[in-house]
Amino acid sequence: MKLDDLLSMWRIRALEEKIRDLRLEGPIVGSVHLANGQESVAVGACSQLRPQDALYATYRGHGWAVARGVPPREIFAELMGRVTGVNGGRGGSAHFSAPQHGFHGENSIVGAGAPIAVGAALAGKYDGSRRAAMTVFGDGAINQGAVAEAMNFAAALGLGVVFVCENNRYSELTPIDDMVAEPDLSRRASALGIPAVRIDGNDLAQVRTATRLAVEAAAAGRGPSFIEAHTQRIVGHYIGDSEQYRPAGELERDLVVEPIARLTRELLADGVPTESVERCERRAREEMETAAAAALRDPLADPATAKEHLYA
Amino acid sequence: MSTPAVPTPPAQADEPVAGPVRLPIAHALNRGLRDALAGDDRVMLIGEDIGRLGGVFRVTDGLQKDFGDLRVVDSPLGEAGIVGSAIGLAMAGYRPVCEIQFDGFVFPAMNQIITQLAKYRHRSEGAVSLPVVIRIPVGGGIGAIEHHSESPEAYFAHTAGLRVVSPSNAHEAYHLLRESIASDDPVIFLEPKRSYWLKGDVDTTVAAPAFDRAQVVHPGDDVTIVAYGALVPAALKAAQQYAEEGVGVEVIDLRSLSPIDDATILESVRRTGRLVVAHEASRTAGLGAEVAARVQDEAFYSLEAPVLRVTGYDTPYPASRLEEDWLPGVDRIVDAVDRSLEH
Repeated sequence: MKLDDLLSMWRIRALEEKIRDLRLEGPIVGSVHLANGQESVAVGACSQLRPQDALYATYRGHGWAVARGVPPREIFAELMGRVTGVNGGRGGSAHFSAPQHGFHGENSIVGAGAPIAVGAALAGKYDGSRRAAMTVFGDGAINQGAVAEAMNFAAALGLGVVFVCENNRYSELTPIDDMVAEPDLSRRASALGIPAVRIDGNDLAQVRTATRLAVEAAAAGRGPSFIEAHTQRIVGHYIGDSEQYRPAGELERDLVVEPIARLTRELLADGVPTESVERCERRAREEMETAAAAALRDPLADPATAKEHLYA
Repeated sequence: MSTPAVPTPPAQADEPVAGPVRLPIAHALNRGLRDALAGDDRVMLIGEDIGRLGGVFRVTDGLQKDFGDLRVVDSPLGEAGIVGSAIGLAMAGYRPVCEIQFDGFVFPAMNQIITQLAKYRHRSEGAVSLPVVIRIPVGGGIGAIEHHSESPEAYFAHTAGLRVVSPSNAHEAYHLLRESIASDDPVIFLEPKRSYWLKGDVDTTVAAPAFDRAQVVHPGDDVTIVAYGALVPAALKAAQQYAEEGVGVEVIDLRSLSPIDDATILESVRRTGRLVVAHEASRTAGLGAEVAARVQDEAFYSLEAPVLRVTGYDTPYPASRLEEDWLPGVDRIVDAVDRSLEH
């Protein structure tokens, strides 16, 4: 089980690292935001979602897509503008969606997915499916009015929205603590009458438990929940970010607690053979190399089709 | 799409009656919403004060009582939440109709409209349809304040992926609304609020022209006026005055502000050689500028006179005491037609 978790997290890490290489080498063009270090939140939260549940992610959403079951090959192709991309190359790194996997899209407007998730939950109330609608956003998004609006909307109408705040300490390039007077972000939710928890997002068990309870509440018609998962990104905000804002020593400390390092230590301490642990990384990297190589051979989207799909 | 588990209450819609019924625009819209709710379980209404109250303009009057609070949803005050949740509903297979209480109140929802609603189909390579209608009472003339009197259509028409339509009479209001709700595209539905109580013959059994087509509502061969919404009645009044003088003014009700039906306008201008575009919104970068540019692109050698615009002024909408001076009406339309004819 724990080895499976390690493999799942390595798949996301290896995907992100391969994306970084392809961005620097040229096949991927444009802005890319990676989620290295935050894998446990995506893996833990998505492990509790049912097929009918809807997920709304952010521009740092590749890992969430993988955790929801979107094939890496289609993600690579999407980022490289290939016809085989999950949206034929039209969505790109920050805007792709795959509703057939319950992945209803990334979003590069911070916090904009939250009101949309409210509608998905409202649909679940109306049609009796009691689907949970999970919206994930960063700590910076807590300062967006639309997020407050969405939380109150869900609370007032008793809708099954699971608000997941990945607190990686940085509101883009500025420490979140400088941008709020109350560092406990979960209190925004509890002030609106939403049950809220703060958890160590590097601990998969905590992520799973919090998400399970939130999805159960949604499914039982008990309304929304809020999870503030403390995490860290161990790469820049975007590829090319020089990260001058990081205090000395911070990254070194983060590299010790980040979820892959943490789980690796746990497995070894549990007596799992080193070879089994290392195989997870090797296997994930091989899978991503294969997927990326296949996507690279696919044809580029034809610019002549760029005006298509504006209207039904 | 899941089948709604909640039984639909018995439709209270009136049976279609042969022949027209005389209704004000607000009641024609109510009738359109009622028939849409009765005809399709996927249609839901969402907005502020629309349910128990029936809307500040009474357009949704009685609908929550007849269709239940799961289909006619009173939302908290927050337009980003209203439009955002409509997007989520549409993704789940529903056909939500939002009500924005007043024109100026749509601005808090602009992010959802511009960055999400307009873009999803294109960015998903057609995989995601968002059949959302956003109803907005627009324009001035009711003695309200600034943000209750705006004409925001150009912001929407500027955004690819949205349809923008506006009815000018009760029959059109009913049919344009039904067609907007049936459309798989997002539609910004602009209701000229000072015309809400303007009565007209509504025949629910006789369809209006397709909602992306302009319509000649008064024929003439000397000059063309393109107008929409609240200025169509003014343009018609002007045309009738000219008819008494033997001057043929053709009035085109634009109906669809995006996409624009170029063909109907060009056919008319090639005949008349003269064009006046009239709208209540401010002049700069408005729909009048767009229509003028299209006509000079395609029919330059047919023009006998410059294309003229009759518009609101390039100021914020004024306080109530000044709005009669600010709003364009029959006088300013006649003045422009005279200037066009003098060329």
